Amino acid sequence: MLSMSTNNSSYNDQGGADSAVEIGQETTPTSNSGAGFGLFSTDFKKNDDLKEMLENNKESLKLEAMKRIVGLIAKGKNASELFPAVVKNVASKNIELKKLVYVYLVRYAEEQQDLALLSISTFQRALKDPNQLIRASALRVLSSIRVPIIIPIMMLAIKEAASDMSPYVRKTSAHAIQKLYSLDPDQKEHLIEVIEKLLKDKSTLVAGSVVMAFEEVCPERIDLIHKNYRKLCNLLVDVEEWGQVVIISMLTRYARTQFTSPWREDGVFDENSERAFYESDEEKTRDDTEIKPYTMDPDHRLLLRNTKPLLQSRNTAVVMSVAQLYWHLAPRNEVSIVTKSLVRLLRSHREVQYIVLQNIATMSIQRKGMFEPYMKSFYVRSTDATHIKSLKLEILTNLANEANISTILREFQTYVKSQDKQFAAGTIQAIGRCATNISEVTDTCLNGLVLLLSNRDETVVAESVVVIKKLLQAQPSQHSDIIKHMAKLLDNITVSMARASILWLIGEYCERVPKIAPDVLRKMAKSFTSEEDIVKLQTVNLAAKLYLTNSKQTKLLTQYILNLGKYDQNYDIRDRTRFIRQLIVPNEKSGALSKYARRILLAPKPAPVLESAYKDRDRYQLGTLSHTINTKASGYLELSDWPAVAPDQSVRNVEVIEPVRIHPSICTALFHFCPDSSQSSEESEKSSSQSEKSSSESDIEQKKKKKMKKPPQKKNVKPPNKDRYQSVMCKPNSWVGPGFGACVCVCDFSSCRMNLLRPHLFSRRLSVVISCVSGPAFVPEKSHNLLHRMTGKGLAAQYQFTRQPCLYQPNMVSVQISLTNTSDHRLEQIHIGERSPAGLKIHCFNTIEFLEPDASVTVSMGIDFNDSTQAANFQLCTKEDQFSVSIQPAVGDLFLAVTMTEQDFRKEQGKLQGMNECSATITVTAENTSSQPLNRRVAAMANVGVVPSGQDNVHRFAGKTACSGAVLLVTVELRESSAAVITINTEKSVMGSMLLRDLKKSLAQA
Amino acid sequence: MIHSLFLVNSSGDIFLEKHWKSVVSRSVCDYFFEAQERASEPENVPPVIPTPHHYLISVLRHRIYFVAVIQSEVPPLFVIEFLHRVVDTFQDYFGVCTEAAIKDNVVVVYELLEEMLDNGFPLATESNILKELIKPPTILRTVVNTITGSTNVGEQLPTGQLSVVPWRRTGVKYTNNEAYFDVVEEIDAIIDKSGSTITAEIQGVIDACVKLTGMPDLTLSFMNPRLLDDVSFHPCVRFKRWEAERILSFIPPDGNFRLLSYHVSSQNLVAIPVYVKHNITFREGSSQGRFELTLGPKQTMGKGVEAVLVNSQLPRGVLNTNLNPSQGTYTFDPVTKLLTWDVGKINPQKLPSLKGSMSLQAGASKPDENPTINIQFKIQQSALSGLKVNRLDMYGEKYKPFKGIKYMTKAGKFQVRT
Repeated sequence: MLSMSTNNSSYNDQGGADSAVEIGQETTPTSNSGAGFGLFSTDFKKNDDLKEMLENNKESLKLEAMKRIVGLIAKGKNASELFPAVVKNVASKNIELKKLVYVYLVRYAEEQQDLALLSISTFQRALKDPNQLIRASALRVLSSIRVPIIIPIMMLAIKEAASDMSPYVRKTSAHAIQKLYSLDPDQKEHLIEVIEKLLKDKSTLVAGSVVMAFEEVCPERIDLIHKNYRKLCNLLVDVEEWGQVVIISMLTRYARTQFTSPWREDGVFDENSERAFYESDEEKTRDDTEIKPYTMDPDHRLLLRNTKPLLQSRNTAVVMSVAQLYWHLAPRNEVSIVTKSLVRLLRSHREVQYIVLQNIATMSIQRKGMFEPYMKSFYVRSTDATHIKSLKLEILTNLANEANISTILREFQTYVKSQDKQFAAGTIQAIGRCATNISEVTDTCLNGLVLLLSNRDETVVAESVVVIKKLLQAQPSQHSDIIKHMAKLLDNITVSMARASILWLIGEYCERVPKIAPDVLRKMAKSFTSEEDIVKLQTVNLAAKLYLTNSKQTKLLTQYILNLGKYDQNYDIRDRTRFIRQLIVPNEKSGALSKYARRILLAPKPAPVLESAYKDRDRYQLGTLSHTINTKASGYLELSDWPAVAPDQSVRNVEVIEPVRIHPSICTALFHFCPDSSQSSEESEKSSSQSEKSSSESDIEQKKKKKMKKPPQKKNVKPPNKDRYQSVMCKPNSWVGPGFGACVCVCDFSSCRMNLLRPHLFSRRLSVVISCVSGPAFVPEKSHNLLHRMTGKGLAAQYQFTRQPCLYQPNMVSVQISLTNTSDHRLEQIHIGERSPAGLKIHCFNTIEFLEPDASVTVSMGIDFNDSTQAANFQLCTKEDQFSVSIQPAVGDLFLAVTMTEQDFRKEQGKLQGMNECSATITVTAENTSSQPLNRRVAAMANVGVVPSGQDNVHRFAGKTACSGAVLLVTVELRESSAAVITINTEKSVMGSMLLRDLKKSLAQA
Repeated sequence: MIHSLFLVNSSGDIFLEKHWKSVVSRSVCDYFFEAQERASEPENVPPVIPTPHHYLISVLRHRIYFVAVIQSEVPPLFVIEFLHRVVDTFQDYFGVCTEAAIKDNVVVVYELLEEMLDNGFPLATESNILKELIKPPTILRTVVNTITGSTNVGEQLPTGQLSVVPWRRTGVKYTNNEAYFDVVEEIDAIIDKSGSTITAEIQGVIDACVKLTGMPDLTLSFMNPRLLDDVSFHPCVRFKRWEAERILSFIPPDGNFRLLSYHVSSQNLVAIPVYVKHNITFREGSSQGRFELTLGPKQTMGKGVEAVLVNSQLPRGVLNTNLNPSQGTYTFDPVTKLLTWDVGKINPQKLPSLKGSMSLQAGASKPDENPTINIQFKIQQSALSGLKVNRLDMYGEKYKPFKGIKYMTKAGKFQVRT
């Protein structure tokens, strides 16, 4: 690729070429854009006309140009000189054009850093776009531009996006973390903060990506996982498949550091775990009650149980990762449940087979039993690729035992005859291994191998001789017959390697075949001159050994051979001859060494060990790249050994936050709701895009002003300007049991403005967002009349504030409405009609098709009261009639309870002094002086959460306003003689004083 | 994770490259080409190749190598699975996945790859989501786009991306609501010389084509679910329900998808639907060999065996063949030594046979091994394992869909050793 300097010069050239545009014009865009790039001159001209097209006003021409440029990039051609022309289009309205420009930017920004900066402001603007897709893609591109100057901007954008309302944007921010980290590792500390925050995210969409970021940035910070461990285990089945792989491999590592080994005392544990596995519901209690030498940590069991269904995944990577998890974490007797699934993967593509077979090969060394029933699945087919064949062979060899060896050997016989000679040679080695491992068949194997010595193929024979040599070396005493047989074969075998091996064997064990060995030497002496070099060397070797053991018979032969060797054409042989002669024939010069000749030449040699190439592979985690290539890949994270003593288990405990209770009717309503919601959101989208179109194309300036006109937002969430929401869907009877929210609520918020100038404000917002919304402490039973049955012509309606965070949009207050038909005919199409004030944002319930007489239905809706007690007026319509109704909230219903520590409370209170504080002294009734009734009364009045307090006489409550999220802090301090001081701190001073008035009344009441 | 992707054609040219992080020079592929040269067959290129600074993980499909460049530890199957998913997506979009198709649609390919990976980590691989983001090219749409200037790129985040049912788009509407299920079973077998079965197993899939309006919730039950030994599901299937009741309950994706793949183990007796009589001999010293092959049906439950195709890799010593088929056509490629016999349908009254002689290289010794015979066939309207769908019900929508179920048996890797 071009360096910076050349780029700059090419950019200058481009400037000069501007004047030559006319010349370039002749090559008008032709349809065969792909052709003719070979010649530099045409290339140059083409680029010129591309530049012109990009500067044209017509969208279609620009798009055409960008398409051709992307074609160039795809081919690996350099298109960097067009950078200035392309970057201008980054703010284009045409989404396809914009995307292609993004592609270009990401590719070349690193090379043209200065020019790339021109585009940054566009992305910063897009980061605040109401459309989550646009926000996300802006963040994607911004973080993909590898320009160090913008690191602070990226950092801010990531932090902001991490608290975005859209899980999709949060997911993107998790990806951006890794990008920023690779660009500037110094940002690690800040990034870890973001990771920590995102790890807490409950969305399945985010989980995989943030764990990926965790693995990349701070895999050593295992402490960040503790609190999220159970959540991750529970979410796992619903995470997208790629995330599953990453999470499982991370959890494997985690579990190895946190739990004790389940592998001790296998036998004792056997029965218990077997049952626990199938009756998983009761298993926890069992684990607690049974006193066994080893009890599995319930969290350990949780992981095993929740990953098991994933063995049925269609994604082979997921299946493999579960298999390795079981291999590394499960008690020995449970590992075998992964077998079936692994064998299933063998039906998949060739590459998948290759990896899976490798892992099975490693597993089958340690646990034959696991795969033995599936032995036939590893039979080789003639159509398999060579590396697949040899892996299958490896596994079959590993699986061989006394019971199945005859079947396997019969199968091997077929393989030996294979046309693929490399494979046939591999089979012979495998036979050799079987022979050493299973002593019963050693003789059979040897005989079989001896037969193969007459094979016509050189590789087969050579391999057989080598394997026989190895086998005999291990137990030579019993096999002088075979050595004799091989000596006889020497006349027929032509393959030099085999001949050499036989000669070596005879030489090595010449004392066991004292009659034959000299005869062989005689024959070899006769044919010495016509032998291959390797055979000659072994002949010299044989001669020397015989000279030492049987010099009477062989002295002359040896001298003859040494003489022949002395004048051989090959210097290796001449050299060897000279060396041997000096060593064995005693003369006055050689003195010392020849005494030891026998010990040198006939030293006992260790037998080669025939073992699997996969024997040591298990030092790497299964399923990893390192395991595949059998070396440590960069970035490989070691799997630690089990700790002897389990670390504190309680670190994984999470304070239980009551799951949001969803009324069944809401659930179904939501479920049927989806199509409508997307329609309505489309509509709102249309209207907004129309308004955008009405303003002329170039008035970005004006748009800027429009944004400026909006009152500066102080809170972390500003009221959405469009009624936009995404549908919520549930997967009823999902894979996971109860315990975590089956509904994921997705809301699209226009995010707040990124304020570079006021970082302290930014950080404060963060702190507020972190404090999570909890379930209400108290839900008032009281319901209010919405529509009386008389005025409603039979339709009666009542409403009630559920005080739950609204599902549809967090800034709405959720209201539950029960509709009853008191008339004698069915009412049809009950829905919400016009509303006032006009800007009132209501999330309507789904139209109720009909309501039978005397039937009633409860539906839920969301109303954005915009933090005021102004009533929401709307029309409740049936098919025939319309009734104006209004919902009047009490000020206390506009809050959401928040959990907070006392410390945080004090901190927040410190920020909300002066104007934001109002207080009053009242006389409380006697019964309200103790904490419980007092807490209840306050909670009944306003939806606030109790803050644990260190003092007996001070009670604290925290909440936030539903719409703007402003913090509300209530302190009730009990003094002597039933006096109490109520203090309320909030930015919304009007609401504060209203609430104060209500509380005063409530607490003073008997 | 995945750093870059190179597409290499069979002649060893890189015709497309895409980088998700910094640009990796295409010279890194030289290591791949080296391995390619060493391998005798295209299939023998090792899927994982370590190089000094990178690791190359490749898959071969449709005679194109998809070479991914990796820089650090990542599960190799993760990459392999993803690459296959890319190929599947291309096939889905362009009908075929050839070099020409990719080159013609290079912009769509780039847009797809951009959406599928972010920073090397898979972002959207579900075809329903991708199709909402980037519409597949059709002739009609191309024409419309040129006239109206509209684009192929969606402006909204696909609803599936955020929902718990990411595989299904919302707002699906059809005038004809139909759901088709194909039960396709493949029999893998190795038959030895004497005609006895060495190993046989059945692998089945249920492929579905569901075109239903709205959010239908389907349940599919079998007459004999016990047959299924090992199953893997599309993510839409509710696992709990299957565990408890052996019923497939799911909200289907829109369009074509693979609902289920299953395995009927070799422990169960598998009926082999065809038999082969063969007599292939080479005589020592003679330059002629005899070749005789007869096929016949066996245990086909009265259904006809169709689309029979026999091929065999003859030994290297065979120069040419002079064979006479009783039906169908046969070809022999003297270069690759591949014999192919397109039989067609087996008529039980008159069994198809292929007889004749082979001429061998003069002077060469007799081949050690007789060739293996690979057979392909199809049997319509029958699933070999006997699996039967009991019923299909739909909940959640009011209309009455048209339902159809088809069974078929095919030969998978069906080999006869001679």
